[in-house]
Amino acid sequence: MTEPGGRRPRVFLVDDHELFRSGVRAELGDAVDVVGEASEVGAAIEMILERRPEVVLLDVHLPAGGGRAVVQGVVPTAPEVRFLALSVSDAAEDVIGVIRAGARGYVTKTISGPELADAIRRVADGDVVFSRRLAGFVLDAFAASPGPSDDPDLDQLTAREQEVLRLIARGYPYKAIAKELVISARTVETHVSSVLHKLQLSNRHDLTRWATERRLI
Amino acid sequence: MTSETTKPLRRLRRSRSDRVLGGVCGGVAAAVGIDALVVRVAVVALTVAGGTGALLYVVAWLLLPEEGKDRSIAQAASVDRGKDLGELLAIASIVLGALLLVRATGIWFSDALVWPLLLAGIGLAVIWRQAGDEDRSSFLRVVERLPRPGTAPAPAPDLRLRRAALARVVLGVALVVGGVGAFLAASDAFSAVRQGVLATAGIVGGLALITGPFWVRMGRDLASERRQRIRSEERAEVAAHLHDSVLQTLALIQRNADDPRAVVTMARRQERELRGWLFENDQDVPGAETLAAALARAGEEVEGLHGASIDVVAVGDLPLDDRARALVAAAREAMVNAAKWSGDETVSVYAEVRDGQASVFVRDWGAGFDPDAVAADRHGVRESIVDRMHRHGGQAFVRSTPGEGTEVELRI
Repeated sequence: MTEPGGRRPRVFLVDDHELFRSGVRAELGDAVDVVGEASEVGAAIEMILERRPEVVLLDVHLPAGGGRAVVQGVVPTAPEVRFLALSVSDAAEDVIGVIRAGARGYVTKTISGPELADAIRRVADGDVVFSRRLAGFVLDAFAASPGPSDDPDLDQLTAREQEVLRLIARGYPYKAIAKELVISARTVETHVSSVLHKLQLSNRHDLTRWATERRLI
Repeated sequence: MTSETTKPLRRLRRSRSDRVLGGVCGGVAAAVGIDALVVRVAVVALTVAGGTGALLYVVAWLLLPEEGKDRSIAQAASVDRGKDLGELLAIASIVLGALLLVRATGIWFSDALVWPLLLAGIGLAVIWRQAGDEDRSSFLRVVERLPRPGTAPAPAPDLRLRRAALARVVLGVALVVGGVGAFLAASDAFSAVRQGVLATAGIVGGLALITGPFWVRMGRDLASERRQRIRSEERAEVAAHLHDSVLQTLALIQRNADDPRAVVTMARRQERELRGWLFENDQDVPGAETLAAALARAGEEVEGLHGASIDVVAVGDLPLDDRARALVAAAREAMVNAAKWSGDETVSVYAEVRDGQASVFVRDWGAGFDPDAVAADRHGVRESIVDRMHRHGGQAFVRSTPGEGTEVELRI
């Protein structure tokens, strides 16, 4: 979205369905530079570490550990590699699980080609990509009344962050959110990154319970 | 029958082809030239009458060689002291033991009782001795078929074996019942409660001994049969579902390959349906429906009717009461409007339940319109949405800007 026709992010595909990988490659076309693909956790980690793509398009459901295992295998050695989770599953545990492992965003597999290319570019630029559904999950997770907390800054969303998430869930693109809240698009981005940060680092009591209820931990 | 033992043993052999227990009756019948059944009835009658039949039978069994062999069991046992001797000794010691036990507790037993009991014991011992691996399995098969006459007739070669085993069981039961009956009759048992109990125990014990393996096997069979039935029913259900939905849809998609919009709609609907079937199986309990589920369903319906993709995201939830139902109906109308008029391909529906208030946002990024310019006689928005919400104590806001889509906000 930022610079149409600009640079092409180097992308690596991890999905155990050959059909889906070729579908994604075809849909993305020239928008990105696909540097490799893998269908299983071990091979994926090895090849990602070798080729160092900017963005890894990661299927949440993989045999032997799932997308989470790939993130955990790559990040300690190559923290600059960014992950965008992709899944047919709308189950909260899958989504939150892979985000908490370190993915920078989550989109569903029904996303259109141009939208996916845009999401990839944004992740490559260091932004965070929240789908409507992910925003809904996060609101849900942080919605319960705040319990006793070690670190209130981490364990609660600010009113502004909630507003941003709510607008994302309502289907607003970042630009429209900025307009609605009378802030800059950059600020929207900051709020979303902050939410992601909290989501990954918070050990908020309610979040833990919420996750446990959904068998995350 | 008594005269047989005096006949030359060379011609008298235990039959291999016509045997119930040891082939004695069959052999005798063949040697004499009468029907084996007559001999058998005579043996059973003699047994029941006083025990001599069984005794004679066992003696003949021991002394008569089997067809095609030239040594009787007794001869073989005395010559090579093989396993037959061991078995005979074992049986004999069991019987002797039982006999001694009976005598030791013999306050209630006269010697007239010992004979039938002894014979019953021999009968049972022989039954169990006879039931070798092969025999035992055919024995079980026969007994198992008994209560299930509906099963397919068995192949011919097995039939004879089975009949033999069946007869064996019948004979065993007759021996037990006969022995116990004689015991009761000889000891005036019907007057004594204690002996009545004993008699019952004897009968039950005998029956259990004879049919025990059958019940065990039957229980196991029933359990495995039930497991198998459950499995196959599950498979049938999955197959039926796949056929009804997925295969049909795939066929439709092939036929409509030149209409991308229709294909997308069908694929999407099928996906939702399959997903619902796979992951939300247990949620279609009537009466347990919630706002989120109802909205999702409304979204699917509208999607099916009007082609646009409708994505419902819900945060929090509440049971579907009248007010929530009104909310869903209004939201559905808003979805229809968005799908029909906006021209946008995706409609975002967001529901949120917070502090007892439910809000639903229906957003599209399509054509939009000028709310002030809508003619008063256009019913859709006014009546279906705004008035409906007001009637149920809720509110509805419609925000739209030409070119930037429309958002309907509903609160209740």
